[in-house]
Amino acid sequence: MKITRAQVEHVATLARLALSEAELETLTGQMDAILGYVDQLGELDTEGIVPTSHAVPMENAFREDRVRPPLGTEKALAAAPASEGGCFRVPRVIE
Amino acid sequence: MDLTGLSIHELQGLLRRREVSAAETTRAYLERIAAVDPGVNAYITRTGEKALSGAEAADALLARGEGGALTGIPLALKDIFVTEGVRTTCASKILENYIPPYDGTAVSRLKAEGAVLLGKLNMDEFAMGSSNENSAFGAVRNPWDPARVPGGSSGGSAACVAARLAAGTLGTDTGGSIRQPASHCGVVGLKPTYGRVSRYGVIAYASSLDQVGPLARDVEDAALLLQAVAGHDPLDSTSVDTPVPDYRASFGKGMKGLRVGLPKEYFIEGLDPEVARAVEEAVATCRSLGAEVTEVSLPHTSYAVACYYLVATAEASSNLARYDGVRFGLRVDEGEGLLGMYRASRAAGFGEEVKRRIMLGTYALSSGYYDAYYLKAQKVRTLIRKDFLDAFEKVDLLLTPVAPTAAFGLGEKTSDPLQMYLSDIFTIPVNLAGTCALSLPCGFTGAGLPVGLQMIGRPFGEAELLGAAHAFEQATVWHDRQATL
Repeated sequence: MKITRAQVEHVATLARLALSEAELETLTGQMDAILGYVDQLGELDTEGIVPTSHAVPMENAFREDRVRPPLGTEKALAAAPASEGGCFRVPRVIE
Repeated sequence: MDLTGLSIHELQGLLRRREVSAAETTRAYLERIAAVDPGVNAYITRTGEKALSGAEAADALLARGEGGALTGIPLALKDIFVTEGVRTTCASKILENYIPPYDGTAVSRLKAEGAVLLGKLNMDEFAMGSSNENSAFGAVRNPWDPARVPGGSSGGSAACVAARLAAGTLGTDTGGSIRQPASHCGVVGLKPTYGRVSRYGVIAYASSLDQVGPLARDVEDAALLLQAVAGHDPLDSTSVDTPVPDYRASFGKGMKGLRVGLPKEYFIEGLDPEVARAVEEAVATCRSLGAEVTEVSLPHTSYAVACYYLVATAEASSNLARYDGVRFGLRVDEGEGLLGMYRASRAAGFGEEVKRRIMLGTYALSSGYYDAYYLKAQKVRTLIRKDFLDAFEKVDLLLTPVAPTAAFGLGEKTSDPLQMYLSDIFTIPVNLAGTCALSLPCGFTGAGLPVGLQMIGRPFGEAELLGAAHAFEQATVWHDRQATL
């Protein structure tokens, strides 16, 4: 086994996903198979190989630090599921 | 005249000479969409009224002899491009009612050139899939055979072009999502070099791999669409600030003396014999056009799918963290407090494949596994990229199949994610390397399904790539065949 059900549950917590018992069961099997498949990367010697995070060689992309008109509160809040007083409204965080 | 049967470059001339109007062209498309799309399901959102008023404005410009390259041309967009005031779902329940407050750069560039937008096209949810079956808005049917998938994730875009439901479309390609559906639907699909087209306003899946590109009826139309959207954008700091050439500059130059490489790792067991035969015939055609064909090796090819499913899922798990029920999208107020709301909203909003990839990516990035999975994959990515750069020392262009088979049946691969992933085996390496490639029709199977040829070019070699594709297209008849609907 590459991954256990308990690990899958832990990952679901990290990913902020509420998963049903059936989903956890199915995912454990599928993730195990996929992780088994990706294990073949271990066959390659990558000692001293520089990792690629970006396919086009590029240094920092600088631009002028200029003020541009922002989206504006009204537009930014227009798609929010809940808002109040110019803010996004969320469930109570601090008791 | 059937206006929906014309290519963009044919339509451009007719519109400019005022032999047809943009309004009648748009109406012809809207009528065809109403009649044909219920059987294809290419569109998630239709914007008929906006399209008609846009077409009337285009006619006013054209009457004065003004307008841009695409004035009055009816196009449609994969529903991954955010469009101001037009619902943008990414084929997900979590964005089912999302109306963006701005246009992405590719969209505003098309609008600036005068394009008329007919609507937003179906896709795999968040561009995750190879069959378009992972859509919250239902599967798309292949115009050549309604029992088969159109490919994915830009399945709606490819089917839309094949069914003549728009003059051309834009899609996105993270692991083959333009080329594989283009191949399965018998149209031309181009994935430009990473950084060639701005990703600003394109809903992110895997940011280091995602790239915008056209799906079109022929090579010239693909070149025209790329011309309209390519170029540096200050709003996407990964877009590259190199000059945009004339993408039709190499048309008419033929293939004489072109050094073409056949990567031996792409002609393997598991490649469908009918696909293999069509590609072999395409190679013979290139030879007869004067190309010098040699065998080359991309030795790390077999590791690409494994590498991709770590890199892409890791980036996806991070990108999709933004769907938290706070600023936009679905919110489900269940469970305990803020955390309960996040978990319930994401559980209700994401489909099965999206959850699977978020889980895989979260695992690959999690403490204790980062080095073994994510970092290892990034190192393997370096090796895969080097394979291509080495090959381009010896040849100008690579020819390969696009997919191991022609379009497969609806439901055929849905129960086995790994089998589905392996259908992208020939397209994924190009995204990891970051270079450009296209798919164009090169034959049909005995059952009448289109087969695509993949041409892979050097980084930022789109003009040369399109030139070779144009020469091939001029010498063959495959693009003339149309799906009957």
